[in-house]
Amino acid sequence: MIRKDARALLEVNGLRTKVGGTEIVKGLDLVVREGEVHAIMGPNGSGKSTFAKALAGHPAYEVSGGTVAFEGGSLLAMAPEARARAGLFLGFQYPVEIPGVSNSAFLRLAYNTVQAARGKDELDPLEFDDYVRDKMKLLEMDEAFLDRSVNEGFSGGEKKRNEILQMALLEPRLAILDETDSGLDIDALRVVANGINRLSRPDNAVVLVTHYQRMLNYITPDYVHVMSGGRIVKTGGKALAEELEARGYDWVKAA
Amino acid sequence: MSSVLENLVNQPYRHGFVTDIESDTAPKGLSEDTIRFISAKKGEPEWLLEFRLKAYRHWLTMQEPVWPNVKYPRIDFQDIIYYSAPRPKPLKSMDEVDPELLRTFEKLGVPMNERAKLAGVAVDVIFDSVSVATTYKQRLAEVGIIFCSISEAVREHPELVRQYIGSVVPPGDNYYAALNSAVFTDGSFCYIPKGVRCPMELSTYFRINTESSGQFERTLIVAEDGAYVSYLEGCTAPKFDSNQLHAAVVELVALDDAEIKYSTVQNWYAGDENGKGGIYNFVTKRGLCKGVNSKISWTQVETGSAITWKYPSCVLLGDNAIGEFYSVALTNHHQQADTGTKMVHIGKNTRSRIISKGISAGQSNNSYRGLVRISPRADNARNYSQCDSMLIGSKCGANTFPYIQVQNSSAQVEHEASTSKIGEEQLFYFASRGVGAEEAVSMIINGFCRDVFQQLPMEFAVEATKLLGLKLEGSVG
Repeated sequence: MIRKDARALLEVNGLRTKVGGTEIVKGLDLVVREGEVHAIMGPNGSGKSTFAKALAGHPAYEVSGGTVAFEGGSLLAMAPEARARAGLFLGFQYPVEIPGVSNSAFLRLAYNTVQAARGKDELDPLEFDDYVRDKMKLLEMDEAFLDRSVNEGFSGGEKKRNEILQMALLEPRLAILDETDSGLDIDALRVVANGINRLSRPDNAVVLVTHYQRMLNYITPDYVHVMSGGRIVKTGGKALAEELEARGYDWVKAA
Repeated sequence: MSSVLENLVNQPYRHGFVTDIESDTAPKGLSEDTIRFISAKKGEPEWLLEFRLKAYRHWLTMQEPVWPNVKYPRIDFQDIIYYSAPRPKPLKSMDEVDPELLRTFEKLGVPMNERAKLAGVAVDVIFDSVSVATTYKQRLAEVGIIFCSISEAVREHPELVRQYIGSVVPPGDNYYAALNSAVFTDGSFCYIPKGVRCPMELSTYFRINTESSGQFERTLIVAEDGAYVSYLEGCTAPKFDSNQLHAAVVELVALDDAEIKYSTVQNWYAGDENGKGGIYNFVTKRGLCKGVNSKISWTQVETGSAITWKYPSCVLLGDNAIGEFYSVALTNHHQQADTGTKMVHIGKNTRSRIISKGISAGQSNNSYRGLVRISPRADNARNYSQCDSMLIGSKCGANTFPYIQVQNSSAQVEHEASTSKIGEEQLFYFASRGVGAEEAVSMIINGFCRDVFQQLPMEFAVEATKLLGLKLEGSVG
């Protein structure tokens, strides 16, 4: 929801990012305030995922220009884990598998690390078990999943649910969800989208990075941005997404 | 991110210090005179001196093995002190133990008296070649268990020692076993009589203390029919520049229906980050499943030593005998490890299981070398081997050398192997959830080693987890 008096969570100014020496993001501006839902759309190769990973601090994504303020402080000066502890969350397009590490142990470590950073109480394994099972209901997840290794052998849908489960546990101030809808069938998409909606609060914000409009049938964005050539070239409301769906990205590129 | 990894794996060794205790030390060098000196010093019977001299004469005819995948300068066996002991004092209680020694153990995080009492562990402490204190002996004696230093066993139970010593690892078995048989100074002896389940975990903490004193431990464990024992061995050593040779021999004998579980956590000084100094750990460990339905299980966590050359093995002689080997070997900096096991199936329906996890970091080299041999009369023998390697960084190496010799067509032998690398993407995934590289590496490593750690007694598993953390990062979650 858009509130004029809402505080800015994220202020991106002229951001430039290189991957392997090639500039992918070429001067991106974006402001995200508390309570807002943004969708960043665009064709393949337009720089959406690069932008998402650069915000989270992936070491292979070199920031070559611009500034990013997160809750007023410089995000780019922070180590990736510090960004997460400060309340930034990246939902991965392709979550990596970590064989041998149980999902429950991983989730608890992540949860307790972020809790500790916020000066809140950590949970012991039993307390955490209750807590995480509660959150799993939100995403209609099978309990057996806690005992499996992190993302190992997970289907595409299970991986994406696991990402949103982590978002539910960590309660970020700002969640950037990179192609969360890809690889999901219609039922899974509905469940995941409902989960995201229920996690939306007036004091947090979500940025959906997506290629298709279909996720926006379930999550109503306050702003839709279209990326092309490493920049945001057009911004509008939900109607823009529908127009894109009808007319294709070439229409924006041409504009 | 890779530089973060490098910093993590390059933590200095924290157990480096020298304790000053007046030594009763033999002059450097090895000859029949040295052996007579050791034997006389320990007041040994004639047969044991003969055993030593025979081994020594055999050793003189042998060549140092060159087949392991390790490199080191030639050892000058005349430049080693073969006997060094703290001043002998009669000890009636723990209070009489040299406070300096106790402080040493405290620095190591092993306050033995408290540890022994709190954890219910009897600790036979080896401090530079001679046992200085043995606890809980009384309680063990009540059920007929003998747990003492091998010197004491030679004095008090010579018939048992004579019957079994060299029966699993013959004095001429290999170069270092022969050397050990000639000059061993002390070690542990454990005897579990028929039908007795040892009521507690037996534990020994080893520590090498005098500079350039080679340490030659000799351990002998015998479990009679239906007996059970779980034995723990943990080691650390102070920091020295000159290399120290450690050539131990461990022999296990399990009779009918007996079971021996032998667990090791090894953290000897590995040399500095440039590969200078460190312990040479050339050890012969072998268990003989002599009786039917007997079982011997080796579990080892090897994190120390400049060079590790060690193959805890099982000879499955009795029908239905079971041999197991669970190993985590971690190498860092310039450490070299060539370690694995031998499972020799002789009896019918014998089974063996090998789970080996190698972790290489820095510029280290980590090799698994294993032999599974199914002899002609070992009908229906089964073996399962799994050898996994993990690489941290790009300057280290991992090798697997599995040897399989099958001479009986009813055998089932399985071998699985994998190699993985802790990758930037995994560390970034952890980071994006607030977890730093240090904890992430620790969690990945502990996950990787879980199948082995599960085999360790509880408090040892905790220690092992901490140790891997120490070796790779500094602290562990």
